[in-house]
Amino acid sequence: MLSIGRRTLRGFALTLVLSVAPVAVQAQAPSDAGVLETYADIALAGYEDALMTAQTLDAAIDALIATPSAQTMTAAREAWKAARLPYQQTEAFRFGNPIVDEWEGRVNAWPLDEGLIDYVAAGYGTESDSNALYVANVIANADIIIDGAQVDASDITPALLQQELQEAAGVESNVATGYHAIEFLLWGQDLNGTGPGAGERPFTDYSTAEHAERRAAYLKAASTLLVSDLTEMVANWQADGAARQALPELGLSAILTGMGSLSYGELAGERMKLGLLLHDPEEEHDCFSDNTHISHAQDALGIQNVYLGRYVRVDGTVVEGPALSDLVAAKDPALDAEIQGLLADTLAKMDVMVKRAQTLEAYDQQIGEGNEEGNAVVQAAIDGLIAQTRGIERAVALLELSGVTIEDSDSLSDPDAVFE
Amino acid sequence: MQIRFALALIALFTGSMVFAQDLGQRPDLGADDLARVRAVTAPTTDFSRAETFETNPAGKGTTRFSPNQDAFSHFLDNLDFAQEEQFKLGNALFRKIWVSSPSSTQASDGLGPLFNARGCQSCHIKDGRGHPPFAGQAENVSMFLRLSVPPGEDDTRLALDGVVAGEVGDPVYGTQLQDFAVPGLPAEGRMVIDYTPVPVTLGDGTAVELRAPSYVVADLAYGPLADDVMLSPRIANPMIGLGLVEAIPPQDILLNADPDDVDGDGISGRANWTIDPETGAVALGRFGWKAGMASIRSQSAAAFAGDIGISTPLVDLPHGDCTERQSQCLALPTGVQPRLGASEAPDPVLDLVTFYAQTLGVPARRGVDDPQVLAGKAAFYGAGCARCHAPKFVTSRDAANPAVRFQLIWPYSDFLLHDMGEGLADHRPEGQAGGLEWRTPPLWGIGLTQTVSGHSFFLHDGRARNLTEAILWHGGEAQPSRDAFAAMSAKQREDLLVFLQSL
Repeated sequence: MLSIGRRTLRGFALTLVLSVAPVAVQAQAPSDAGVLETYADIALAGYEDALMTAQTLDAAIDALIATPSAQTMTAAREAWKAARLPYQQTEAFRFGNPIVDEWEGRVNAWPLDEGLIDYVAAGYGTESDSNALYVANVIANADIIIDGAQVDASDITPALLQQELQEAAGVESNVATGYHAIEFLLWGQDLNGTGPGAGERPFTDYSTAEHAERRAAYLKAASTLLVSDLTEMVANWQADGAARQALPELGLSAILTGMGSLSYGELAGERMKLGLLLHDPEEEHDCFSDNTHISHAQDALGIQNVYLGRYVRVDGTVVEGPALSDLVAAKDPALDAEIQGLLADTLAKMDVMVKRAQTLEAYDQQIGEGNEEGNAVVQAAIDGLIAQTRGIERAVALLELSGVTIEDSDSLSDPDAVFE
Repeated sequence: MQIRFALALIALFTGSMVFAQDLGQRPDLGADDLARVRAVTAPTTDFSRAETFETNPAGKGTTRFSPNQDAFSHFLDNLDFAQEEQFKLGNALFRKIWVSSPSSTQASDGLGPLFNARGCQSCHIKDGRGHPPFAGQAENVSMFLRLSVPPGEDDTRLALDGVVAGEVGDPVYGTQLQDFAVPGLPAEGRMVIDYTPVPVTLGDGTAVELRAPSYVVADLAYGPLADDVMLSPRIANPMIGLGLVEAIPPQDILLNADPDDVDGDGISGRANWTIDPETGAVALGRFGWKAGMASIRSQSAAAFAGDIGISTPLVDLPHGDCTERQSQCLALPTGVQPRLGASEAPDPVLDLVTFYAQTLGVPARRGVDDPQVLAGKAAFYGAGCARCHAPKFVTSRDAANPAVRFQLIWPYSDFLLHDMGEGLADHRPEGQAGGLEWRTPPLWGIGLTQTVSGHSFFLHDGRARNLTEAILWHGGEAQPSRDAFAAMSAKQREDLLVFLQSL
């Protein structure tokens, strides 16, 4: 009820500002601690939901391995897609919290040289001087060599994946764990280029195909790790968890850094703009499953969640409380309204991209060279993300936050700040 | 090592007259600020406690993540969100694997035809230091051989104001040995390293065994190398802090220059003047093992062309290092697509990769207050190491990127050339750098080499297997410092190494 009241007040303030610009109605500002508590509560709920859906995925993988069939394969794929929804929303916590950022590569590293894990099509190529493990195919080979040293891969275990294979030889594309490794094992390579269609791995890869047992062992090991890694992150956000404990020192800038870095550099830049620049279907975040549109849209939703201090859980219940939005509104209602509008606008543009992916052409087709209409749909979402970052930067200035990674040349030349 | 001796350069380089008026001055600073800069960059004499800001090697850009394998891969901490995007796009292109032409992904082709690597990250693994092949490792990554011959009568290199840029390549093999080629074309050959043990006994009787490398080229596919060919092995340099190095005013680097050792301290410090391919003007070389490159952009473009065989707007060589005598190579298709741009890596690829290289941060120091670190720091200064491994600079207030403006940085290098003795000599000049000379390499981040790169091989060819060996290889102008280290007690040596590990 309280939250409805606040929202009404903000709407009222916006009306005032639009009609009689100089008049500002000051809303009651929540405390920073209260805002951070909501933020941590949303993180906890988000990672709990990610864990729960990963456990459902793990059970579906057990069923696939026990009884390989078209049905169990489809069920596992659906469980993977369902698991992506809450996880992607938690990405808003990544960049503001070092604990999350340093952990993230274990569960969501991308892009990957999938030839490390399993068989690949001939068009993938057979060698890369940058990655001696480009076609190591651990599922088919019990003995592999990493940096000149023999590694025993006769038992495919979580420890083998995490300690030996992940980022083996210092090559970041040696991704052995996480959502995308599992995605590859459920879908296989998407060999359609910028044509329609996702990966089409047959369920017989887990029954009659060569190395089916080792493939199943790999899939189970990766799924086990995903569950244990998410369990660890849930603990980090509980009352005595390290990430929650670190928040008072990180302050509100954790929220804004997370929003800005995910919006601009990570999502608009590396995950979207690069694909448009190169028109390369490989430059797609969920490239095996053709689920990229959902991943991007859920990222944007996660950014809105932390700003509004409101998260709708997988079971439909709502976690909410004092929000960054309220802090901004208390100082500058017009800016808060503007940021809310920018976040909503991005989501609307993401929705156009999602609808297009669901009805007309997949994300990897939308970024294809010469597809002017598809390119424009993706570019609009990018523009929305960049525009909302400008709003976030103004919020940073408004709240006079020091820790956020925004500096101007004046502060660098400030005699008191110099050399720090 | 003294201000007035940089004057000797002026006579040679009329194009650099600006330095004559501004010697010891800086165009970006007034007198008050200059005095503050000189005071803060003066070498410390107090080893009882850490210096102010000593934990921040990159000033406000210092990165503060856990010192793990990713420690060299973070952007400067003071970038804004838009710059972060440029960094990440540059990072993606830095990781990108280029493919041979023709290919279905036309924005990604143009590899070779001859090449050492398919992408930047192939050699700059985790943005860290390259290495010679590990034992049991068949493929050679992150190290190659530079080739050149003494210039003859028909030297066609770019020359300006007495400065000659670059080297004269082998008439057949060009300026470096490419050990890979696209399908259908033979690779040029492969580098073979042979190590000879060199026993050394330290002052306290401790025995150390160095290994002296020798290099030959096997499987030459295009006939013999020139009789007078000169080889220089090079490992990939760490990528951290480069944009800050670029922002050091040349005047401040030249303050340490003493090319004729007029002050008689046995240490020269010479500038490797070169010609910036972008401006066509004489510029101070500061990047690379012999300081042969003046800017990160020109270094990146040269690496695209020479190492990967990708042309850029700055180095328009779609066939990379193919020479006229390698006609089969020159006849192969390139990756130039006119509708995408005039080069294989059209704009904004070079801009983004350059920006990435300019904005990699430097990790925070660990343990600056630790008594053993401070004792090691005192030993480092006491042995004279800091005379070339100059601890501090303050970057220019006029730097293009606000993130690198007016920062107190701690690279531990003077970025000048020094005679390092016969033991390390490659006998291969590069620009103004002689065959005995090497640029003082920065030491920031050196203590994280094992963490980031999984090895502890140092020096230009990775011959040193740890920091002790690296120090013991120092000769020439650094011989007295090397001897001082060798004469230290085991405790003092350990302290000094602990200090280096804290960098």
